Amino acid sequence: MHRYFLAKLGQSILLLLGVLLLVFVMVRITGDPAALMMSRESSPEQLEAFREKMGFNRPVLVQFADFSSKAIKGDFGLSLHFRTPALQMVLERLPATLQLAAVGLLMAIVVAIPLGLVGGFNPGGLTDSVGRSLALLGQSIPNFWLALIMILFFAVRLGWFPSFGRDEIKSVVMPAFVMALPVMGQLMRLTRSAVLEIRGEDYIRTARSKGLEPKTIYFKHVLRNVAIPLISVIGVQFGYMLGGSIYIETIFAWPGMGQLLEQSIGWRDFPLVQAIAVFTSVIVLALNLLTDMAYALIDPRIRYGN
Amino acid sequence: MATENTRPQDSADTLLDVERTFTDRLAYAGRFLWRDRSGVVGLVLFLIVVLAAVFAPQLSHYDPLEQNLRDNKMPPAWSEGGSWDHPFGTDNLGRDNFARILYGARVSLTVGFFGVLIAGGLGMVVGAIAGYVGGRFDDVIMALVNLVLSLPYLLFVVFIASVLGRSLLNVILIFGITDSPIFARVARGEVLRMRRSGYVESAISAGARWPRVLFDHIMPNLIGPLITLATFEMSRMIFYEAGLGFLGLSVPPSVPSWGNMLAAGRKYLTSSPWIAAFPGLAIMFTSLGMNLLGDWLRDVLDPRLRRARK
Repeated sequence: MHRYFLAKLGQSILLLLGVLLLVFVMVRITGDPAALMMSRESSPEQLEAFREKMGFNRPVLVQFADFSSKAIKGDFGLSLHFRTPALQMVLERLPATLQLAAVGLLMAIVVAIPLGLVGGFNPGGLTDSVGRSLALLGQSIPNFWLALIMILFFAVRLGWFPSFGRDEIKSVVMPAFVMALPVMGQLMRLTRSAVLEIRGEDYIRTARSKGLEPKTIYFKHVLRNVAIPLISVIGVQFGYMLGGSIYIETIFAWPGMGQLLEQSIGWRDFPLVQAIAVFTSVIVLALNLLTDMAYALIDPRIRYGN
Repeated sequence: MATENTRPQDSADTLLDVERTFTDRLAYAGRFLWRDRSGVVGLVLFLIVVLAAVFAPQLSHYDPLEQNLRDNKMPPAWSEGGSWDHPFGTDNLGRDNFARILYGARVSLTVGFFGVLIAGGLGMVVGAIAGYVGGRFDDVIMALVNLVLSLPYLLFVVFIASVLGRSLLNVILIFGITDSPIFARVARGEVLRMRRSGYVESAISAGARWPRVLFDHIMPNLIGPLITLATFEMSRMIFYEAGLGFLGLSVPPSVPSWGNMLAAGRKYLTSSPWIAAFPGLAIMFTSLGMNLLGDWLRDVLDPRLRRARK
């Protein structure tokens, strides 16, 4: 079991190195990171001074060694726009994004899992049809558009919720809902197909034929097994929400990491973009690792299999 | 089994059965439509988008770029102040929204089609070889695939797009490359499964060399699952392209694309909401069609999944 965890941890560390390399290469794809980060009106002297200051004229391998050794210590350099440490800027934005993703995830779970369970136990029923239509809709509505439409109706016309910012408790409702909708659909579909699959398993038939009460079968055998795939998907979805909040935060002026990303791209503040990318990736990788571990703790087949 | 109460044997009898409650019948009708018609609906929606893109010049006599500031922000035809001359109204610069939606379909479908072509082609070849050859090559490829698939996708796409700048080719390349790992993973999995099958073994024992086995016997059987995946991925790319456009990171602002229209319409959301509404509806329409089509294809092309979907 320790070996399984160590192997997973090793993989995550390798992935993290891959992320650092990727983020390092990305600002250099065009060949000249200085031209990318400076305004177009900069004179050649200004560009040269900037290269000197940022160390862009050193050999690439030296630059990468420098970048990654600093990044591991949490040093991504100064934000070009704010002139303050980039990571600090990101950390200040973390709570808002976490709150948004957590509320969104909770909304998705509360709606999707009961619908998926009912749908799985009674496929083709009315609840199932309604649930699946909602899932399909959730998959097909562009979230950036839904956000605009919700602002129009619930903020501007009806005045139920504030249209932007994070000043009231109510503020979180609309952005979290928009964020939750696609996740809701996925979770519902997954719960439903897990129930369907587990209902057909031999051990359920055995439980039934030895005369167990349906309630016992439902709670002890089916639900516990449905929980296994759900845990892994919920973990992954949470990471997806943390990294995918850029539209929603931009539209609702939600002061999180997604909004910071959008702003820093506008300012061509690439040290800050790099810090956001690496930091978000670290959170996502950590979440995946935790999910894998939880998964292995719950399901011994994973721990001992290969 | 999952099937026991799901499939009334005779549809006509069940619909006419007066013993059943109203909700039962409603649910049955819904299910009937769902199972047998959804693929058709999806196909029709998708074809409408394709036809709109192909025949854009015939369907609207307006130039999507032609500005007419005197007629700007006209509401759609069915609301007060609108006219059938501009069925979907006009935008802030007086350009015809209907024409822009039609021409926007061209951008979306181009990005989706070529993006999927690159991602699918690249992913299929690399994934199939990795699965077939195995060893070090497989390890390296799978490490790359896992790296890309474990990253926050949207964030990195936004990052690359902001570095490369706005052009159609850049957008296609970004999606084509970043989306190929999904195809590679599916192709590899299928190849691993097929390698153990009878027909591949018999080809090998008949003396076929590996390229022949791979390209003649394995690749053709990859088409089915990959087409299903391609449908979903194309819908996702159309979605993401519009999202990038919304952030001002996709095709140049002069190109009439749904994302660019949304970005422009956002500024006039409260005064002229239709400018942002139509491109969003167009994306939803396309996405809904492709999702329905994909679900249906999955069932048709992969009988193993049929059980799970009942």
